[in-house]
Amino acid sequence: MPSMMRRLLQSRGLAQIIALLVILAIDRAVSPQFFDLRMQDGRLFGSLIDVLNRGAPVALLALGMVLVIATRGIDLSVGAVMAIAGAIAASLADAYGLPLALAAALGAGLLCGLWNGFLVAVLGIQPIVATLILMVAGRGVAQLITEGRIVTFTAPDLVWLGNGAVLGVPTPVVVVLGMLVVTGAVVRGSALGLLIEATGGNARASELAGIRTRGMILAVYVWCGLCAALAGVIAAADIMGADANNAGLWLELDAILAVVIGGTSLFGGRFSPVLAMVGALIIQAMNTGILLSGYPPEFNLLVKAAVVLIVLLLQSPRFASAGAVLWRAQQ
Amino acid sequence: MRRLPPVAITAIVFVVGFALCTAQFPNFASTRVAANLLTDNAFLGIVATGMTFVIISGGIDLSVGSVIGFTTVFVALAIERLGVPPLVAFAAILLLCAAFGAAMGAIIHVFDMPPFIVTLAGMFLARGASFLMSTESTPISAPLYSTVSDFALRLPGGGRLTAIALIMLAVVAAGAVLLHFTRFGANVYALGGSRATTALMGIPVGSMTVRIYMLSSVLAGLAGIVFSFYTAAGYSLSAVGVELDSIAAVVIGGTLLTGGQGTVVGTLLGVLIQGLIQTYINFDGTLSSWWTKIVTGILLFAFIALQQAMLDIARRAGPRKTGVLKS
Repeated sequence: MPSMMRRLLQSRGLAQIIALLVILAIDRAVSPQFFDLRMQDGRLFGSLIDVLNRGAPVALLALGMVLVIATRGIDLSVGAVMAIAGAIAASLADAYGLPLALAAALGAGLLCGLWNGFLVAVLGIQPIVATLILMVAGRGVAQLITEGRIVTFTAPDLVWLGNGAVLGVPTPVVVVLGMLVVTGAVVRGSALGLLIEATGGNARASELAGIRTRGMILAVYVWCGLCAALAGVIAAADIMGADANNAGLWLELDAILAVVIGGTSLFGGRFSPVLAMVGALIIQAMNTGILLSGYPPEFNLLVKAAVVLIVLLLQSPRFASAGAVLWRAQQ
Repeated sequence: MRRLPPVAITAIVFVVGFALCTAQFPNFASTRVAANLLTDNAFLGIVATGMTFVIISGGIDLSVGSVIGFTTVFVALAIERLGVPPLVAFAAILLLCAAFGAAMGAIIHVFDMPPFIVTLAGMFLARGASFLMSTESTPISAPLYSTVSDFALRLPGGGRLTAIALIMLAVVAAGAVLLHFTRFGANVYALGGSRATTALMGIPVGSMTVRIYMLSSVLAGLAGIVFSFYTAAGYSLSAVGVELDSIAAVVIGGTLLTGGQGTVVGTLLGVLIQGLIQTYINFDGTLSSWWTKIVTGILLFAFIALQQAMLDIARRAGPRKTGVLKS
């Protein structure tokens, strides 16, 4: 029994899940009806559903970002890619219907990812610099598409993507779950996840071991672009319009934060898409909690800053080695 | 062409750009336009000078935009609500910024964390703190502010070289001296070349890191003061995204983003090129302002690709390596 306890305590993800439960408990303390669920017009409502629903764009971004960070990269352009994809989907939806609008938006995300991947994998530019280019220019491109206006649409099927429900569950949540299952199946159902971790752990050694690291890196950026585009479409569908200035603004930071909270190191290597999702939920549960508690939403940034610092301190190799010494001394 | 330093290429881009603008709008080549270029980008020039030090040392500082916003709110509230004399408020905020930068530098060094994520936390912290102080724009009506905004050196041709433009030029000049002619500057280059080697050479890496981020934050604070002169107000949402503009200016100015190479003068040129694009768009009148972002992005790409090509050439040249290793 004690060995089982120890294994449970040492298992990955326990800290994150405890953190999520603690935050949910605080939310419950702040707002007594937090866990209340009710069914209305064939869709579940309640604060808990709200956390899942509002957290969907960041969760999607984190899903792409976690693979990029696992290869020791970073993608700063996801917010701008969201703006581009949202702008495309909103401009096309009314005239051409959902399938074409969705395909065009996702195609744009694919191209953006390809561009980032090309700069990082082929030209060998540092990821933070390479993706900075699209972060700066992307929002300009999005504004070019919307011609500086906020493009609104009424196409019901696109609106459904942001506000509808499948079996009572909001569509964005279903989309996130679907993408999580696809990502998980691809990276854990095959050796791909291992190869990505190897690339992040030591690109040179992986190359010598016969892994096509360039292809790996290109692929994760493309996937990240695709996820960002999907997040952009959902965010646009949610507000029934595309705002090139504000869509996805700062969300790249939330996505990175979600991945880091999920225990994936910024130095590459081992990663977990599921825990990145938990990280996104933690962030959203904090946001919702602050809103419910009546504090100004600006308070969010301070809390986030504190969380980033604490999580990073826990991850820092030097801090960890100090902790290990203490742990051993106690035994 | 191979021996041409990146800063020379930046200078050529600026001169060619200015010539093209003049060819299209004959009024462009006036001291009035030139002086406005300096005034409108004064705060960016100051903050980008600090960023140059950080980037040459191999780091990055994402917190500067938020620090500018924090400074404008702090100064406005201190002067207008608390009745603090402006100069005392300036001294207080610069001290506060120095402590803020020192803390970030210390965390980066002691816990061996990537600068980008530490300064990201700093960015959240500074922006959140300024929101907490005030979410409204606070106008500043202290007499010092009207004195400063009235002051200007008249140039032949009607240009007005304003006080904030002069402050910016002074900061750039001081920054250039500090970077190129002092031991501190030499250490900054060494850090960007290789941290391990620098430590082995006996340079105190820790205190250097702290001082570099301190410098960046203090200059961001100064930029915030200049920004409050420029707008005569304090607003918590001011200077959002300035960190990106200043990084872009530094890179376009020919500084290597991996560290170890770069100049302050190049950074000033990078700032002026961005200002030039904005001015061109204003002159044209039909183009939208988002073209600034796109053109800046294209220039960023061009300069980064150029740096990469030059690194490759240096690497192929054999034993004379630049000391910048690709991971």
